Amino acid sequence: MNEPFDEARGKPLNQTPARDKPLLDVQHLSVTFGGPTPAVDDVSFSIARGETLGLVGESGSGKSVTAFSILRLLQSPGRITAGRVVFDGRDLLALAEDEMREVRGAGISLIFQEPMTALNPVMRVGDQIAEALLVHGKASRAEARARAVELLEAVKIGDPTRRVRDYPHQLSGGMRQRVMIAIALACRPPLVIADEPTTALDVTIQAQVLELLRELKARYNLALLLITHDFGVIAEMADRVAVMYQGRLVEHGSVREVLRRPSHNYTRNLLAAVPGAW
Amino acid sequence: MGTPLLEVRHLVKHFVRKQGLFRAPSVVKAVDNVTFAVDEGEMFGLVGESGSGKSTAGRCILRLIEPTSGEVFFRGENVLQFSSERMRMTRRDMQIVFQDPYSSLNPRMRVGDIVEEPLIIHRLGAKPERRARVAELFELVGLEPAHALRYPHEFSGGQRQRIGIARALALNPALVIADEAVSALDVSIQAQVVKLLLDLKARLKLTYLFVAHDLRLVEHICTRVAVMYMGKIVELGETSALFARPTHPYTQALLSAIPMLDPDAPRQRIELDPTSFEREAPLREIGAQHWAAV
Repeated sequence: MNEPFDEARGKPLNQTPARDKPLLDVQHLSVTFGGPTPAVDDVSFSIARGETLGLVGESGSGKSVTAFSILRLLQSPGRITAGRVVFDGRDLLALAEDEMREVRGAGISLIFQEPMTALNPVMRVGDQIAEALLVHGKASRAEARARAVELLEAVKIGDPTRRVRDYPHQLSGGMRQRVMIAIALACRPPLVIADEPTTALDVTIQAQVLELLRELKARYNLALLLITHDFGVIAEMADRVAVMYQGRLVEHGSVREVLRRPSHNYTRNLLAAVPGAW
Repeated sequence: MGTPLLEVRHLVKHFVRKQGLFRAPSVVKAVDNVTFAVDEGEMFGLVGESGSGKSTAGRCILRLIEPTSGEVFFRGENVLQFSSERMRMTRRDMQIVFQDPYSSLNPRMRVGDIVEEPLIIHRLGAKPERRARVAELFELVGLEPAHALRYPHEFSGGQRQRIGIARALALNPALVIADEAVSALDVSIQAQVVKLLLDLKARLKLTYLFVAHDLRLVEHICTRVAVMYMGKIVELGETSALFARPTHPYTQALLSAIPMLDPDAPRQRIELDPTSFEREAPLREIGAQHWAAV
């Protein structure tokens, strides 16, 4: 990455440049929604630059809540009760809301599962990509429009000069997810959080989108927090994996290690439940 | 294998889409000349991606959607020629479990009443007998009979799917069409419900048409499988043969796209080249119990 967001904001980078330090460091994160048990319970993990961490778990395990907490996008009554989230040397939980807004999109961006609900149905996709650049003051209107075409090309949408004028409903599910990825990459964030990015897609389309993510990761040295329930996707994409169960991180290690020799009972059961493992 | 319980021949369903006043309506060939047979006691997989026509085919068999043409033989009789009264009687024997455990149960009905409803519609038994049958069905699918008084929202997704299964089994059907019946569930819950389906198959001598998109799942539970692509069956065969030697370019692309659990397994993704095969090619035998449209 040649333009981390700190530079763009005109602030000096952290004194010891974050080469050996993790890009994202989550320590002892706890989140409650007011219920008797916390939604996220003392979760710690880190991600290095260019690394892919898979966060795997079933519905209600707290994996999406963890992602939203990192970006401070929790909806009330959700609330972070403890922990630190350090991104590129800065404690995100201590930032003012307008500073946090800078981090979202320019520092860390988010790809959702459901592109149809995440995209604005009455706005041309080109304008939605350009908007991401405009709100961060990264480009003039004309530049943003040109960048939108480039980004559509980068995510391999054919005929991008025509497609920028399309509305989301004119695109297939796979193309919509590519548009989401283009928006996420618009400000060249060093970290992308992808929350079940291919779950709603057919398996052949999923394969194409995963391939695209792999290529873009290599090209932009992206770090990726990949949230999924699918161990197959983890095996294909991730360097390391963290397994969540009932708000806790129950296992954490290299993908190879965890898949070959799962040490926690829950991971073993989860792997045994995957049809391919029967 | 045994005799076919269900035989589908040249099934066609076209949807006509009107496109405004002055344009010719377009025809979507959702199911385009589909032929296959499901043997008694078999778990037959019908797989494909979104829009392949697999669910429409399943619904046409039950005449929940009226097919455009073709024949559907159930126990040797063409149900497409049945009167609506006769068809309703026949549906006792052919039931369906839907994908979405949230939208397929009426939220305003107690789950016991949901499971009892088919018995009332088919006028089977007096109230006490029906109630006893509901309790029996709840036990059969692994639910607490005492929970029959609750409403659907009080149950988890996996439990709701069990309720849907209990409802499907209320009339003692011979054939169950499971339309993506476990797709919406978490893997560990999915494994439990699949186990239940297999267990019920053995206990009640059920035959399943298992409509699904998850090939890993189908590979492990179905005896035979048919792969659908754009309304047609492009490959059909015994599961082991078809997965060992996928022959149609679409089947090859589909299988190569499945993420594998082994991070070191060699991966060779095959992209589908639509010009590499003839769309109208008929199925031909390419091996023992194995056909492909090549």
